[in-house]
Amino acid sequence: MEDILKIEHLHKAFDGFTVLEDVNLTVKKGEVTVVIGPSGCGKSTFLRCINGLEDIQDGRVLLHDEVINPNKKDLRSTHEKIGMVFQSYDLFPHKTIIDNVALAPIKVQKRKKEDVYKEASELLDRVGLLAKKDSFPRQLSGGQKQRVAIVRALIMHPEILLFDEVTAALDPEMVREVLEVILSLAKEGRTMLIVTHEMDFAKAVADRILFMDGGHIVEEGSPEEFFENTKTDRAKRFLDSFKYK
Amino acid sequence: MNAFFEKLGFDVLLKGNNMLRLLQGLGVALRISVISVVISIVLGIILGVLMAQKNKVINVIAKIYLEIVRIMPQMVLLFIVYFGITKVLGINMEAEKASIIVFTFWGTAEMSDLVRGSLISIPKTQYESSEALGFTKSQMYMYVIIPQTIRRLIPLSINLITRMIKTTSLVMMIGIVEVLKVGQQIIEANRKTSPNAAFGIFATVFLLYFIACWPISQLSKYLERRWEN
Amino acid sequence: MNTEAIVSYLPLYKEAFVLTIKIGWLGIALAFAIGIVSAFILYFNIPVLSKVIKAYVELFRNTPLLVQLFFIYFGLPKMGIDISSQVCGCLGLGLLGGSYMAETFRSGLCAIANTQIESATALGMSKSQIFIHIILPQAFTISITALIANVIFLLKETSVFSAISLMDLMFTAKDLIGLYYNTTECLLLLVLFYILMLLPVSFLGNLIEKKVRFGIFGD
Repeated sequence: MEDILKIEHLHKAFDGFTVLEDVNLTVKKGEVTVVIGPSGCGKSTFLRCINGLEDIQDGRVLLHDEVINPNKKDLRSTHEKIGMVFQSYDLFPHKTIIDNVALAPIKVQKRKKEDVYKEASELLDRVGLLAKKDSFPRQLSGGQKQRVAIVRALIMHPEILLFDEVTAALDPEMVREVLEVILSLAKEGRTMLIVTHEMDFAKAVADRILFMDGGHIVEEGSPEEFFENTKTDRAKRFLDSFKYK
Repeated sequence: MNAFFEKLGFDVLLKGNNMLRLLQGLGVALRISVISVVISIVLGIILGVLMAQKNKVINVIAKIYLEIVRIMPQMVLLFIVYFGITKVLGINMEAEKASIIVFTFWGTAEMSDLVRGSLISIPKTQYESSEALGFTKSQMYMYVIIPQTIRRLIPLSINLITRMIKTTSLVMMIGIVEVLKVGQQIIEANRKTSPNAAFGIFATVFLLYFIACWPISQLSKYLERRWEN
Repeated sequence: MNTEAIVSYLPLYKEAFVLTIKIGWLGIALAFAIGIVSAFILYFNIPVLSKVIKAYVELFRNTPLLVQLFFIYFGLPKMGIDISSQVCGCLGLGLLGGSYMAETFRSGLCAIANTQIESATALGMSKSQIFIHIILPQAFTISITALIANVIFLLKETSVFSAISLMDLMFTAKDLIGLYYNTTECLLLLVLFYILMLLPVSFLGNLIEKKVRFGIFGD
């Protein structure tokens, strides 16, 4: 499979405080990579550097051998190719659900209105929210909003999808409905990079697990390797923190 | 340089005690504002707390009162009190008293609305958890609610002071000799020697009001920002 | 109560009412225009201009309309800038209101959460698209309460127009009281016409506020 995304020697600092140091990663087409690690380990910043929401101090991010960060120019076409879903959903509160989904393909990709609305309806139907298409975000539950946010990213036909702790703000009973959508996307063979705290989900969805701590990728491996045969102490300690004794 | 000053009409300020008279005029306006603000804050807090109690009768009366103040210009209220009450009751009211009554009537409404607003902005759970801890109602207000409202309230009441000062400029319309009126008198008296006095004097009055109000509104902004977090 | 007097004063009040409304709303329209332009300049932090606008906003927010009008109407002619009392009323109200509207619009624009801008950026929207489709409509909704309060405040401020000999409602009332001493009747008419001028706006304002708050955002 071809490489879609390449991150080389990525270095990121906020006001001189290093958050990411010499991070390297290659993502192949159709691969699902899950990033886990303690809070503050830099995993969210890592995602934000990939689609240029953060500037970087050193190294580079390549999409199909094309440098996208650092390179301020023409980030818009990058954003079309990289879809991102945030922890706080961030639907546009003044637009209906279907308008939320349709806004970017119409304005950014200049696609035909009817095509966009048709596809938006199909995608909303797929995540079980077609009935809500004329509602406003405030009328939806957190889980529903997050599913809309996923659809909003999908309709741009991105080559890779970034998920930044998309279930962290949700009530426990809503986590499942969102994760199931992501699982079904994985089965379709979509390329995804997922930051999450849900270990069972990580096990189920990932082709590869990255464990980050202190701005480094500390351990890397298949889910079986990582969860059954944890190599590093740091990762062991992290996994232990999820257990009650 | 002198000629330039004369051209702009600022020369009048240096003649006699004109500048002092202007400042005294501003003093009159400030005196009226301070008295009105102090009374307004006291009455406003009382009314605001009453309004937050959700008593139907009080709320209907308060609502009508607030709506009157919301839509009636202070100028109209001044006329009603100064000319109307004097006529109807047959008493002769000093203009300054009339203006203090009107500004207090207006300021109390504004203040009570601010107090009510900050009281109801305290989350219900704060009331509930104080109750669960066994506080009496007065203890709850004393130790939990009031300390939280006061931080919201102080910047807003300071802001009310600047609005009050600006509003006192209206009192010249019922014959009180404050800074604008003094300005007019000076312009009139120096009409022949300083024909351009109107520019210099009114520019000065403009600046005097700015100097009186700006620091206060900056303070209000500063406190608001500081206490926001 | 002298009903005969009231009837005979009515046409004068009506005329003054029309004039007050005309100048008042023209001034408010001007205030909106100045306010929007100023808010954009402040929001985008345009060099030099934003400093000028900041000074203007502080100057006009911290001085009374009456003083501003005196300066424009009596002071400026000495420097060769002579304008009619109607233009002066309109201009004064527009400048005063502009400084308030600028603050209102600016804080509305700044109130939009950064995450909204980020998620629009992540969708590939350009800066101007984000401004037009995401920031502006939300900022307007957030500002609506304060905007309506500004409009009511400005309509009330028209009551000082009489000081620059504009024949508005206050002028007419004062004039008639001076001439005929029918104080009660004159004041009653004054109050009634101000209610006529402001109550509909206040009522409509409440309605729009509810509609925008709960309609557009769906609740």
